[in-house]
Amino acid sequence: MAIFLDDSSKVIVQGMTGSEGTKHTTRMLASGTQVVGGVNPRKAGTSQDFSFTTVDGEQSSASVPVFGSVAEAMAETGANTSVLFVPPAFTRAAVVEAVDAGIPLAIVITEGVPVKDTAEFYAYAAEKGTTRLVGPNCPGVISPGKANAGIIPADITGPGRIGLVSKSGTLTYQMMYELRDLGFSTAVGIGGDPVVGTTHIDALAAFEADPETDAVVMIGEIGGDAEERAAAYIAEHVTKPVVGYVAGFTAPEGKTMGHAGAIVSGSAGTAQAKKEALEAAGVKVGKTPSETARLLREVLPG
Amino acid sequence: MDLFEYQARDVFERHGVPVLRGVVATTPQEARDAAEQLGGGVVVVKAQVKTGGRGKAGGVKVAKGPEEAQAHAEAILGMDIKGHTVHRVMVAEGASIAEEYYFSILLDRSERRYLAMASVEGGVEIEQLAVERPEALARVAVDPRTGVDRAKAEEIADAAGFGADVREQAVEAFQKLWTVYREEDATLVEVNPLVRTESGDVIALDGKVTLDENAAFRHEDHAQLEDAEAADPLEAKAKAKGLNYVKLDGEVGIIGNGAGLVMSTLDVVAYAGEAHGVKPANFLDIGGGASAQVMADGLDVILGDDQVRSVFVNVFGGITSCDAVANGIVSALQMLGDSATKPLVVRLDGNNVVEGRRILDEAAHPLVTLVDTMDGAAAKAAELAAAK
Repeated sequence: MAIFLDDSSKVIVQGMTGSEGTKHTTRMLASGTQVVGGVNPRKAGTSQDFSFTTVDGEQSSASVPVFGSVAEAMAETGANTSVLFVPPAFTRAAVVEAVDAGIPLAIVITEGVPVKDTAEFYAYAAEKGTTRLVGPNCPGVISPGKANAGIIPADITGPGRIGLVSKSGTLTYQMMYELRDLGFSTAVGIGGDPVVGTTHIDALAAFEADPETDAVVMIGEIGGDAEERAAAYIAEHVTKPVVGYVAGFTAPEGKTMGHAGAIVSGSAGTAQAKKEALEAAGVKVGKTPSETARLLREVLPG
Repeated sequence: MDLFEYQARDVFERHGVPVLRGVVATTPQEARDAAEQLGGGVVVVKAQVKTGGRGKAGGVKVAKGPEEAQAHAEAILGMDIKGHTVHRVMVAEGASIAEEYYFSILLDRSERRYLAMASVEGGVEIEQLAVERPEALARVAVDPRTGVDRAKAEEIADAAGFGADVREQAVEAFQKLWTVYREEDATLVEVNPLVRTESGDVIALDGKVTLDENAAFRHEDHAQLEDAEAADPLEAKAKAKGLNYVKLDGEVGIIGNGAGLVMSTLDVVAYAGEAHGVKPANFLDIGGGASAQVMADGLDVILGDDQVRSVFVNVFGGITSCDAVANGIVSALQMLGDSATKPLVVRLDGNNVVEGRRILDEAAHPLVTLVDTMDGAAAKAAELAAAK
């Protein structure tokens, strides 16, 4: 099963022909993902060639068609997922195009999108109600062994029964690495911006409903109140074991720590408050990533 | 980026928000000249600092004329207000205030839209009002796509209970302030107080504006609003090199890849440092591509911090490959030569880690210690910082 993304996912890439798009499309293909098209109105009708080494160590290649629009790509290929590597100035228009085309899942990797643009395209997508947005400023979604939509390395670990949802890319990789012997159903990088399309709660709800997920690791960081809200949600709705990790205990007030959304404002958004909220909801919170991995092993059923 | 009041006033004026005339001054003489320029009558001399509570600290004073303005500026310039030194004052026209109101519009992260707040009981600490008399502070959700149009402005004014005599002017002001929010890519526009003068005008008497730095690419004029002199010199140096660096008060320098992992590294070092009485010295995210140049630039900034006694390089190779990071460290140390004098603890994991560790082992640089785990490396870096 996994969540959001599985072996039936057909992926298109908006911004495939750019350097980041090309690099990561190659990696997605190498991990066995069905990348069925790219979108670039100026190069519509052409195709782009990729060569890569498959997970089985074989040399392989693919020729991926470039379409003029998301709608056209969907009509031609049956794509149901788009990954966006579009520069910040053009992200809003690209997301609106994806939403208008009615694509079920749009994953926005781009970092540096003005929050006004995100607020607008999130509101637009929410009203249409047909597209799940992930990101922006996120590493994407991976269901190991099934599909990889974004930039999460596919070779850290394989399929398993742990679910992961995280604001941070490298902490996602670190946690997958710590638990690489167990493997993951799906890892969702929701992104570190102040406004993101998919929240911890959305992922927790999906993992709770997923029969192939036994336990969930939730990674948060300073800023906003997404973790506190997730804690309240867990207390009410989640029966599967959840362990948590929060980064940024030593972050000073009023300073943005790398991610646009990672900022303690006054007394709001502190790591301590998030940890306390999660613990009050019965979620064990690790002091370090490795302790969090240990806690997950302890709560794992069976 | 937070703006000073005088910058907010300028931005307000440009977008048609009613404001009083104001002139910024950096010396008492300039303050005197400013008061002359404003007609020689009553003025207010206001400390320009990016923090609240100026009034209580004695940073806002009414002057009867230019001479008194100069004297007040003399007293206020150089003053310390909650850790902020006053380098400038704004000399503003005086106004006879009949009533004080409050208005703000900000990003509501939780609801993923905007929130407008308004009150007819302005001029006080709004956080305090929100706690003590929440009913006096109207909170109205704003859809990012439609913003504060006339209907929304009326809804806000009515929710806050603005009287019939000022309602129309308030509604106008709210719409103008929304224009500031939208056109300038702000994440906060706050006016406290918004006032009604004795002559019946509604005026923004103070202003707080936060701009979205992600939107800088479409606001070339925002760069000049930056307060370069207030920036920490190491932060300024890092910024010039395109590095994501935040100076902290500690002894263990930190370099890592990815904002989350670096924040986590700071925390792990802080725990490990408790036993040794040392703390993390900085946040530095070198991002995805850890080239030799980026590594050298990062080390250069961190080693320029006199307080630093050891450095912890913590990299998880996701997309980045550990051998590239290891090569980066080796070449960075070559580039820095004798100026690299502090011990480096390196932890590498992930993509191509075996080769990365081999490169560092082979280079056998006397300053470099390779440790397998993040927790172990943090403990080692803390120990080295305490020992020197």
